[in-house]
Amino acid sequence: MDLNFTAAEQSFREEVRNFLRAKLPADISRKVLGGKRLEKDDFVRWQQILHAQGWGATGWPVAFGGTGWNAVQQHIFDEECADAGAPLQLPFGLKMVAPVIMAFGNPAQQQRFLPRIIDGSDWWCQGYSEPGSGSDLASLKTRAVRVNSPEGDHYVVTGQKTWNTLGQYADWIFCLVRTSTEGRQQEGISFLLIDMKSPGIEVRPIIMLDGEHEINEVWFEDVRVPVQNLIGEENKGWTYAKFLLGHERTGIAGVGRSKRELKKLKDIAKKETANGRPLIEDQRFRDRIAQVELELMALEITNLRVISAEGEKKRAPGPEASILKIKGSEIQQMLTELQMQTLGHYALPWIDDALDADWAGDAMMEAYADHAAPLSGRYFNVRKTTIYGGSNEIQKNIISQMILGL
Amino acid sequence: MDFNYTEEQLALQDTLRRFYARDYAFEQRRALAKSAEGFSRPAWKTFADFGILALPFHEDFGGLNGNAVDTMLVMEMLGRGLALEPYVPTVALCGGLIRDAGNTAQKEALLPAIAGGELMLALAHFEPGARYEVDRVATTATASGSGWQLDGTKAVVLGAPSADKLIVSARDGKGLSLFLIDAKAPGVTLRAYPTQDGARAADIRLSKVAVGADALIGTAGGALPVIERAIDYANAALCAEAVGIMSALNEVTLEYLKTRKQFGVPIGKFQALQHRMADMVIATEQARSMATLAAVRVDSTDAVERSRSVAAAKAYVTQSARLVGQQAVQLHGGMGVVDELNVAHYFKRLTMIGLTFGDADYHLGKFSDTLLAA
Ligand SMILES: Cc1cc2nc3c(=O)[nH]c(=O)nc-3n(C[C@H](O)[C@H](O)[C@H](O)COP(=O)(O)OP(=O)(O)OC[C@H]3O[C@@H](n4cnc5c(N)ncnc54)[C@H](O)[C@@H]3O)c2cc1C
Ligand SMILES: Cc1cc2nc3c(=O)[nH]c(=O)nc-3n(C[C@H](O)[C@H](O)[C@H](O)COP(=O)(O)OP(=O)(O)OC[C@H]3O[C@@H](n4cnc5c(N)ncnc54)[C@H](O)[C@@H]3O)c2cc1C
Repeated sequence: MDLNFTAAEQSFREEVRNFLRAKLPADISRKVLGGKRLEKDDFVRWQQILHAQGWGATGWPVAFGGTGWNAVQQHIFDEECADAGAPLQLPFGLKMVAPVIMAFGNPAQQQRFLPRIIDGSDWWCQGYSEPGSGSDLASLKTRAVRVNSPEGDHYVVTGQKTWNTLGQYADWIFCLVRTSTEGRQQEGISFLLIDMKSPGIEVRPIIMLDGEHEINEVWFEDVRVPVQNLIGEENKGWTYAKFLLGHERTGIAGVGRSKRELKKLKDIAKKETANGRPLIEDQRFRDRIAQVELELMALEITNLRVISAEGEKKRAPGPEASILKIKGSEIQQMLTELQMQTLGHYALPWIDDALDADWAGDAMMEAYADHAAPLSGRYFNVRKTTIYGGSNEIQKNIISQMILGL
Repeated sequence: MDFNYTEEQLALQDTLRRFYARDYAFEQRRALAKSAEGFSRPAWKTFADFGILALPFHEDFGGLNGNAVDTMLVMEMLGRGLALEPYVPTVALCGGLIRDAGNTAQKEALLPAIAGGELMLALAHFEPGARYEVDRVATTATASGSGWQLDGTKAVVLGAPSADKLIVSARDGKGLSLFLIDAKAPGVTLRAYPTQDGARAADIRLSKVAVGADALIGTAGGALPVIERAIDYANAALCAEAVGIMSALNEVTLEYLKTRKQFGVPIGKFQALQHRMADMVIATEQARSMATLAAVRVDSTDAVERSRSVAAAKAYVTQSARLVGQQAVQLHGGMGVVDELNVAHYFKRLTMIGLTFGDADYHLGKFSDTLLAA
């Protein structure tokens, strides 16, 4: 047992740091660190830079162009990227659909899709949830009917997906669709890759409580999807989906990002005053910061323990990943809540353009607005983290059933 | 002891309930929040007709001689209705200050106008960097001729964009004083904005604002206890508003648990959610008790007892509101985080109440400090 980083790991960290210093565009990191709105181009540009370095997919095996890094290296990389203000590499392509394509896709699909994920050419989104099928995903109703035709066999897809993150930018969507209504619900689901430019797809925005457009409804009306876009076997989609959910959950621990936000929280608490003293000197408030820090210290090690164990066993994360999802999301929420609380009533103003990168601040509100403006919105927005990716209640059900056998 | 509302109070509650159901439904409210002024002038007129703008004032000044329990009942209904109208700034804060510290001429000039819905006010008191501390005021009042000159900056002045007049706190040689100024007086600059919950506020710069001798409310240098009382009164009102919101949130959440189906059953069948809902109801009942205590004690002439009770209530209600707000969102799943449903709007308003005039920690600290004195 040794919780210290080895010399090799430390020099790896140094290498990542140097790379970030040299290559992370300042306009992007300013947005990330300042809590500004990111554009599609910011994500894509960063993915291209990583790809040029050979670091486009840190979780992928070398055979597919990944770095083949171990769990500790990935952790160091995530932590340094977050600290430097690199945008999150969105999980939908890299961490969700790619592992499924690698594990269950055919060689043609692997050659067609994987290179375009790693170099940032294709933007992927996830089409699982439906209005009537959230936690009970297996009840999904979007139908895909197979049609044999001289122009090429295809599926005709009809139905509605919802809560689709950033689908307004997407080139492709991976969907769970119903191909059979016989037998158990889980046995009639297939995994389809659908071109977002296909006729019959309509993306309708859902505005979230912070006023941002981050999620969408996606409607399918007689959308033709070539059978070549089916992953694995028909009616086996549920197996692939469950495999994918495990991958989604590890990413969700978000240790690196939470460390950055903790730092930011401390910075603001040093700037804001209570009773004429920096707020951080207020014992009651400081204890709250300390408490979150304890949670995060524990999670960092739990995260490493879980992902290292997986690395050794060469398998997808199991039900232990639920612990990471629950704690990771709760910590993110605690941090945004404390950041908002640090501001006191200066968190009340809602400034329309404060999330724009070129917002110049406000002369009348210079004392606080610059750092205050994005923070309440973040608190509201981050309530999502205990809901999505399998709600925390569902994660606790998984722990009770899969780990505890209740 | 008597925990019952009077016939009159119940009738008023009923009137307001019907008003919100009929004339101020969620969709109308959403449109109002996005409108230029951010609230409804006709609703304000209706408030005047209902008498709620006259509630806390003496009948000699067009008032209804109401007490803080009456205000509580009104605030609870405004909470349920997610009212955007600046009732607390105009009636509770500024109305309260004029009632408590104004001279007869000021009361005659101002209170009937408030009661009639013709005059809106805002209290420009808290400043950048002052956080929640009531006595940390850097704005200055310098004697000039027979009056004063005001200079300084005020932050997050609730209701300021629609206010006809402002009550400004400023420090002179002797201490804190309050001045009534025209919102459009030369030297007054407003930076108006919506707040996170859809209401309106402004930061205000005061630069060489000249005021006459008759602008002074109360005694020169003697305003601190008056302001403290007004803030206590506003906090008691906010506690009641929060309780109204929590009750409403519990109702919509319960309804959702009964109607939303997953795994072939209403999600209310899952015990994890039943217990959560039970916790929300418990928190709301406890909060209601504390809000009631605040309402009863805020009229007390014993300033220590008054402040201590309001601090206890605000701390407790804010903690309860946090639980209820967060869990109402959680139990709605994705529907809890969309702009389209009232759930998120109730949650945001509850959150902002928690940050207005002292958060839970501030009030817990204030209460906790009184244990040393006891
Ligand atoms: C911001 C955001 C982004 C999202 N992005 C995507 C995306 O890109 N792609 C995608 O496919 N989906 C996405 N989702 C959907 C997300 O996965 C679902 O919201 C989630 O699965 C919950 O489903 P629901 O919203 O229908 O809530 P419901 O399933 O209706 O749940 C309502 C409440 O009931 C609880 N509950 C349900 N069943 C049980 C049970 N058996 N025991 C105890 N409690 C239970 C839930 O925990 C929740 O509190 C996103 C959601 C959000 C909020
Ligand atoms: C100090 C003491 C004094 C007592 N005095 C008396 C007395 O004077 N007269 C008398 O008749 N009895 C008395 N009791 C017994 C008491 O009423 C029982 O202990 C109680 O009803 C719980 O029953 P149990 O101990 O069999 O636990 P169980 O019923 O077996 O419960 C075990 C655990 O499971 C939980 N649980 C059980 N059912 C559910 C459910 N449906 N949903 C969720 N959780 C559940 C319980 O909350 C508990 O945490 C006393 C007990 C104690 C400890």
